[in-house]
Amino acid sequence: MATTTTTAPAAGSKDERVAEKSLLAKLLGRPEIGALVGAIALFTFFAIVAPVFLAPSSMATVLYGASTIGIMAVGVSLLMIGGEFDLSTGVAVISSALSASLLSWYFGMNVWVGIIFALGVSLLIGFINGWILIRTQLPSFIVTLASFLMLTGLNLGLTRAIGGSVSSPSISQMDGFASAKAIFASSVTIGGIDVKVTVFIWLAMVVIASWVLMRTKIGNWIFAVGGDEKAARAVGVPVVRTKIGLFMAVGFCGWVLGMHNLFAFDTVQSGEGIGNEFLYIIAAVIGGCLLTGGYGSAIGGAIGAFIFGMANKGIVYAEWNPDWFKFFLGLMLLLATVVNIIVKKRAESSK
Amino acid sequence: MGKINWRRAAVALAIVPALGLAACSSEGGRAPAAGSDSNGGGEVASTERIKVALITHAAPGDTFWDIVRKGAEEAAAKDNIELQYLSDPDGGRQSQLVEQAVDQGVDGIALTLAKPDAMSGALQKAAAAGIPVVSLNAGENDFLDVGAFAHFGSDEELAGQAAGEKMEELGYSKPVCVIQEQGHVGLEARCAGVKEIVPDTEVLYVQGTDMTQVESTVTAKLQASRDVDVVIGLGAPFTMTILKAKETANSDAAVASFDMNQQLVDEIVAENIIFTVDQQPWLQGYLAVDSLWQNKRGGFTIGGGQATLTGPAIVDKEVAENIAEFAQEGIR
Repeated sequence: MATTTTTAPAAGSKDERVAEKSLLAKLLGRPEIGALVGAIALFTFFAIVAPVFLAPSSMATVLYGASTIGIMAVGVSLLMIGGEFDLSTGVAVISSALSASLLSWYFGMNVWVGIIFALGVSLLIGFINGWILIRTQLPSFIVTLASFLMLTGLNLGLTRAIGGSVSSPSISQMDGFASAKAIFASSVTIGGIDVKVTVFIWLAMVVIASWVLMRTKIGNWIFAVGGDEKAARAVGVPVVRTKIGLFMAVGFCGWVLGMHNLFAFDTVQSGEGIGNEFLYIIAAVIGGCLLTGGYGSAIGGAIGAFIFGMANKGIVYAEWNPDWFKFFLGLMLLLATVVNIIVKKRAESSK
Repeated sequence: MGKINWRRAAVALAIVPALGLAACSSEGGRAPAAGSDSNGGGEVASTERIKVALITHAAPGDTFWDIVRKGAEEAAAKDNIELQYLSDPDGGRQSQLVEQAVDQGVDGIALTLAKPDAMSGALQKAAAAGIPVVSLNAGENDFLDVGAFAHFGSDEELAGQAAGEKMEELGYSKPVCVIQEQGHVGLEARCAGVKEIVPDTEVLYVQGTDMTQVESTVTAKLQASRDVDVVIGLGAPFTMTILKAKETANSDAAVASFDMNQQLVDEIVAENIIFTVDQQPWLQGYLAVDSLWQNKRGGFTIGGGQATLTGPAIVDKEVAENIAEFAQEGIR
């Protein structure tokens, strides 16, 4: 039973809930502020220790590295705001690429048929994840861990059974490959610098996701189900549809990235993708999404992915000993989340 | 984005096959009827049927082990052997697979010794049960200690040196050696071997489970160090990605490789890759299984207590042209 309690505003003063906040307070209240500060610090740091990092071509490489994490981080951020996890994302990307590749190769069809089929597969994976979650009421950690394992096995088993090898056969000579490559894996030349198309896809997806989250009813639903599912249901938010929709949105992101993998490299190895799910979650968490749900932003996930891209490539540009890379990554994750908590507490206490 | 109608997706799924009829690709798909029997055909040995377990440390989905497995399967088919293939990259779990094979009472075990210490306990059980053991691929220094009577593989450091010598001969002096799995002993040994011959060799670590990260990291390296004159990939799929990174970075560095697959052979023929170092994995699988049969047949042991080397074999343009058809078959 939901009961509503109303507290009367303090007599005399203006209601604090509708009071104008200063610009600074508004900025500090944003979920991605901690990540933004971190990103600027990291950028400045690498610009100083490795001047080549600032070259436009290097930036294009950093952005490409960030975009392949960031595309998934868009969906994963939304899902985490909605209060759920998905551990199957890394291998689901490969599942999508494999289904497009194997279907068109086996039947000798135009690759666009495979691409549409893969979209169906990706959305179906998301739907099944969400549906099992709703039906069983199990934590998403368990449900998606199970689908992670099942997809890993399916990727390998089906690829071997259909293609006869553990990597998918090259489809670069097939009809439709060139046009698909132009959409999913081409480069755009800007001022003499080749920028991969995934960077633009990524940015477009961030803009759309932010718009949905901030300006639409669906965005409110996502925050509501992540904040308090029971309360959301009580005020009439369609919890089931929202959650399943979120998992399917993650599936859609996986399809986009899977298609990029396929058309950038012609073949896909069935064992790829394992472990990447954590990178997507890391990006979302660095970007200010709370593991408990109900708080975060799509832009935050994008900044998180950008931080990951900078750290990953910056260490190479700086020509450091890469043995320590994972250590730095872990340290950054810790620092970013601590900064997030501090900033968030500040913002709340200053209200 | 949260409002994707699944009914619409289901309709799309139903329409796809219909689309397919009108959308056949004119080329590049599966070749109709796969051709000859890949299991060698020919006559089968008249010895009684025995059971052999091949247990490797292969991570699922690595093309290299496909070739090892094909070699083992061909030997099994010829020798009237029932072959059981198992793998687990984790040392502890691989040793459990060995113990399971012992429990099942197999007639022979072929295994990789990537982590020999982890295997020794399980192999003592095999010895107690009188099951002959051979090792392949990894373990050339340890196979006698853990009780295997023969070993078939390539010495990784020797392979690295062979690559280094070939590069020196071709006049390259600043290689980058790209390792796709940080801390992997065999891969590190390859790069160390290259470095012994070409002292200016640098190592670059990439995340092998994500090709996009492999490409962008190699691109970053080529942008950062313009004086690099050759990049070495340590596995065929990674070398193919390095080729793309080289294009992206607009670099004129040469590309060399370890191991092979069909596409790589094509690129060597097309002179986009200067050479690869092959350890002939098919032979490793074939010889390991066949040696167990020989042992059963007449108590033979091969190698005289030394490891039998299946490589390194340098494959450049000339060799590649000759073996292209075998690469297509998936045995090179």
